[in-house]
Amino acid sequence: MSHSHSATVADAPPRRAAPMPPRRRNAATRRQHRAAYLFILPFFAVFLTMLVAPLVYAGYLSFFESRLIGGEQFAGLANYTRAFADPNFWGGLGRVALFLVIQVPIMLGLALFLALALDTGRARGSRTIRLLIFMPYAVPAVIATLMWGYLYGPDFGPLAQIARGIGWGTPDFLSPGSILGSMMNIVTWEFIGYNMIIMYAALRAIPMELYEAAEIEGAGQFRIAWSIKIPSIRPAILLTVIFSIIGSFQLFNEPSLLNAIAPDAITNSFTPNYYAYNLAFINRELNYAAAIAFLLGLLIAVVSYVVQLGEQRRERRDRKGLR
Amino acid sequence: MTTLDTRAVVTGRPARGGRRALRRYVPEKRRSWLLTVLLWLCALYFILPLWWLMVASTKDTSALFATFGLWFAPEFSLWDNLVELFTVRGGLFARWMLNTVVYAVVSAVGATLLSAMAGYAFAKYEFPGRRALFSVTLGAVMIPVTALALPTYLLFARAGLTDTPWAIIIPSLVSPFGVYLMRVYAADSIPDSLIEAARVDGAGEFRIFWQVGLRLLGPGLVTVFLFSLVGTWNNYFLPLIMLNTSELYPITVGLAQLQAAASAGGGSQAVFSTVITGSFVSILPLVIAFLFLQRYWQSGLGTGGVKG
Repeated sequence: MSHSHSATVADAPPRRAAPMPPRRRNAATRRQHRAAYLFILPFFAVFLTMLVAPLVYAGYLSFFESRLIGGEQFAGLANYTRAFADPNFWGGLGRVALFLVIQVPIMLGLALFLALALDTGRARGSRTIRLLIFMPYAVPAVIATLMWGYLYGPDFGPLAQIARGIGWGTPDFLSPGSILGSMMNIVTWEFIGYNMIIMYAALRAIPMELYEAAEIEGAGQFRIAWSIKIPSIRPAILLTVIFSIIGSFQLFNEPSLLNAIAPDAITNSFTPNYYAYNLAFINRELNYAAAIAFLLGLLIAVVSYVVQLGEQRRERRDRKGLR
Repeated sequence: MTTLDTRAVVTGRPARGGRRALRRYVPEKRRSWLLTVLLWLCALYFILPLWWLMVASTKDTSALFATFGLWFAPEFSLWDNLVELFTVRGGLFARWMLNTVVYAVVSAVGATLLSAMAGYAFAKYEFPGRRALFSVTLGAVMIPVTALALPTYLLFARAGLTDTPWAIIIPSLVSPFGVYLMRVYAADSIPDSLIEAARVDGAGEFRIFWQVGLRLLGPGLVTVFLFSLVGTWNNYFLPLIMLNTSELYPITVGLAQLQAAASAGGGSQAVFSTVITGSFVSILPLVIAFLFLQRYWQSGLGTGGVKG
C-alpha cells in the first residue's frame, strides 16, 4: 500500500561560504526529528487511546466473567469456548458470510460495469448519470434503511402498490425468508456508487496511449475493458473488495433498524455485531460480548489479510510469467 | 473543472489531461443508444427511492396510504409536515440537526488537522521508526470500527465521559485512512526544495508547516475533511450506545427513535409523515454538499485507489 518517498535531508546550503561544522548538522537533524515526532504525536495519542486501548481492553475483558458472588473473576478461555459452542454466534456469522458471497460480488460487479460503461463516454449524459449513481452515498445508512423500510412496506410502499396494481398480490419483503435479501438490496443501493467512483477514478488515471493503439486496431470496447482496463485498475478493485468485506462482517445498522418494523424476522443474534450489542446492553453480559467483538475483529483482520496475500501472490506469479 | 485537472492541482504534476483534451477537441465518438438507455435505467434504480422520499414528504399520513407512492397527492402538505416536524417533542428535531452539524464539523476539522500533521511528517521527514509507525497506521485501516465501539463505551463509562458530546467527537478524530491520503498528497505536492529554502531563511519547522505545507495541501485537506464529515454524520452505533439524553442525539439516533415510536403505533408521539419528512430534510445538506464538492471525492478516492 505504501509508496516510499525518500525525503532528502540535504544540508541547507549555508548562506556564508564557510562549510557547516558536523556538530551543527547533527543538531539540525535532531531538531528535525523532534519536529517530526511532535507532528505525529497528536494523531498517535488519539490513536492509542481510541483504537489500541479499546482493543486491548476488549481482549482483557474477554478473559473474565462477573459472578454474583465475588464480582469479576478470571475465567481463562471460558467465554471463547462458549462462543464456539454458541449456535446464535454461528448463525449470525453464517448470515454475514452468505451476505458476503452473494451481495459483495453483485455490488462490485455492477459497480465495475458502470465504471467501465461511463469511462467509454459513449452514453449521453454520462456526467449526470455518474452523479445520480453516487448520490445514495450521501444518504446516511440509517436514513437509507428507514426509507427502504417504508418502500418495502405492505401498506403504502410503492413496491407493494405496483405489485397489487399488476395483480400480483402484496409481496412480503420483511418476512423471515426474504429479510436478508431485502437487506442486501439496501446495502447494494447505498454503496454501488461509492465503489463505482473508486474504480472510475482509477480508470481515468490510465494513460490513453495504452489503449489508443488497440482502438485503432479495431479492438472492441469489451476486449479493451477485459484485457487492458480491468488489469490496470486491480489495486482499486482490491481496495473495494477489502472495504466491502469489512463492511459485511460489521453489519449492524440494517438489522437494528429493521427490527422495529420486522420484529419476527430479525432475531437478536441476526448478525454478530447486533448480537454483541444485545448481549452487552440487554443481557448485561459484558465479558461475553467483548469476546464476541474480539473474535469478530480477529476474523475480519484474518480474512482481509488472506485476500491481500492472495492478490500479492498472484501479482508475483503474473510478473514471473511475463519474464 | 474535471477530475484530472483536480488531480493535477492536487499532485502538482502536469495534468494527464491528454485524454480529456483529446475528447474535447476530437469530434465525439459514436454514441451508443443501447448503453445510454441501459445506464439511465440503472440511474433510475438509484434515484427513484429518493424521488419517493421527496414526494412522500409532501403528503399527510392519510394521503400516504391512499395515493400512489411515486406521484403527488392532490393536497400539498409539505408545509404542515415541516411545522409538525419542527414542533414535535418541543422542537427536538432542530436540536438534533444542530448536534449533528456540530459533531460532524468539529470531528472533521480535528481529524483533518491530525491527519495533515501526521501525513506531512511521514512524507517529509526521515526519522527513526517512520516505516514501522506508518505500517501500524495502515494496518489500522483494517480494524473494524464497530467492533471497537463496545469497549470504547466501557472505557468512556469508567472515565465518566458517556452521555457527553466528547464521547462522539474524540473517537471520530482518528482517521488512519486520512493519514495515508495526506501522506500521498504531501509527498506529491510539497517540493522539498521549498522546505529547504524556508529553513535557510530561518523559519522553524512548525512555521513551515503552517505557512507552506498547509497552503499546498489545500485540495487534499478538503478531501479528508469530507470523508471525516460523512463518517461522523452517518455514525449511528457509537452515538446510540454513548448517549442517553435526547437533547444530545444526532439526527440518525433521533430519527430512528421517532420511527420506532411511529411503528409501535405511539399515535401521540410521531406519525409516519413526520419521520419521512425528517428523513428528507436531514439528507438535504449532504446531498447539496455532494453536488458541489464532487470533484474532491473523486480525486481523493482516485489517490487512495491508484497508489495502492
